[in-house]
Amino acid sequence: MLAALIGYLGDFDLAEESVAEAFATAARRWPAEGTPASPVGWLVTTARNRAIDRLRRDRVLAAKLRLLEATRPAVGEDEVDQNEIPDERLELIFTCCHPALATEAQVALTLRAVGGLATDDIAHAFLVPAETMKRRLSRAKTKIRDAGIPFQVPAADRLPDRLDAVLTVIYLIFNQGYSAPGEAGHLAAEAIRLGRVLAALLPGHPEPRGLLALMLLHHARRRARLSGPDGQDLVLLADQDRSQWDQRQIGEARAILAGITASRGPYLVQAAIASLHTADSVDWPQVAALYAELAALTGSPVVRLNGAVAVAEAGDPAAALAIVDGLRLGQYAYWHSTRAELLRRLGRGAEARAAYQAALPLAGSEPERRFLRQRIAEC
Amino acid sequence: MQYALLIYTEPKVMESLSEAEREALSADYYALRDQPGVLGGAGLQPVTTATTIRLAAGQPLVTDGPFADTKEVFGGYYLIEAENLDRATELAALVPALRLGGAVEIRPILGQAS
Repeated sequence: MLAALIGYLGDFDLAEESVAEAFATAARRWPAEGTPASPVGWLVTTARNRAIDRLRRDRVLAAKLRLLEATRPAVGEDEVDQNEIPDERLELIFTCCHPALATEAQVALTLRAVGGLATDDIAHAFLVPAETMKRRLSRAKTKIRDAGIPFQVPAADRLPDRLDAVLTVIYLIFNQGYSAPGEAGHLAAEAIRLGRVLAALLPGHPEPRGLLALMLLHHARRRARLSGPDGQDLVLLADQDRSQWDQRQIGEARAILAGITASRGPYLVQAAIASLHTADSVDWPQVAALYAELAALTGSPVVRLNGAVAVAEAGDPAAALAIVDGLRLGQYAYWHSTRAELLRRLGRGAEARAAYQAALPLAGSEPERRFLRQRIAEC
Repeated sequence: MQYALLIYTEPKVMESLSEAEREALSADYYALRDQPGVLGGAGLQPVTTATTIRLAAGQPLVTDGPFADTKEVFGGYYLIEAENLDRATELAALVPALRLGGAVEIRPILGQAS
């Protein structure tokens, strides 16, 4: 609904205020007069008419009003059919994830405008004061208006790049929810919902479906991922209680992956890897091959690090250690802990212990630090 | 909408060009000036000619050199008319400075009816 209004008005704030007014009017009138035949249509039309009233009152925007009235005449509130409301969610998503906005603003704006989350809720999930988030959203909306960021789906030649930005934003939202399940846990489900919307709106593009499958596969394991009285301990994949996995989500992800035969982008390859991880017995050589495919697509050293883990699991920890030692990721906790794990398996206990200790100050969360301390004690 | 395309270049790169390369570059700048949507613009003399003035204790203080001492310097601008930021970006992508490691800042002009 908000998407339709923003598309019509080209103004986030005016659209939000008008929608709020329309809901307030509905709350007053529907109990007495009955719910209209098309409630959403009624709300959109009412919001649209309220917006036009506001613009009419605002003489500075007289020119804009003339334009509006010339192109789309105001209609009676009971005359609309819901099917006439254009679905402009895709335009809204691309506007919110426009590269001329800072990534943190893209994330916040997508959650607010597309996801419909409250500003306070977004602030809480990203651990920033509500005032900061309010300013961040307000600055982004002002830039969209004043810099002329268009409300449209990019042209075909620009679409792949712009789609990457949208996928990144949705995956960032998911990871925020996944890595901080306490404050932001609901963001993971919200990201999956956004992923579904995007996949449905862009049926010709396989990568949104790849991202959706990837998120479903991670999310399916959320209950088995942490243990201990307060969910403080990280449980490695091999040690997870599989009866806690959400088989419905895993099945949905596998069905998505099975339905795609086109060339694979990074999200699809990651989803294929995650899918192999949920098999009863993991095909590690195949996982290692997929990581090699992903590394070729992304050129990422972190991907090569993950590939090394698969090489070790496939039975060759010495070859894995050689890969890891060739990567310059000394600032990354997982590089140290992976080295430590490989050294431990190769029977080089003292070096393993030193590597676990190097990982400790770089670890990002308390469950990770607890896991590392446990390993240090065992070495 | 109207936008200013503010062009930033590296003086070192400009100085390293041959006479022929400089002429070709200049021709590219003039060609862009004739693109539809380009309303005007100007190129500036090298930054070594810059003079900066500010107020110090209420009195004008004139100093030699540009406002900001950075590797890239402001070298000129185009004024363009474009439907939205995406169209403005397409025009900005044609600015020759980009090929030489420079950058173009796209700024909407103040005081337009939006």
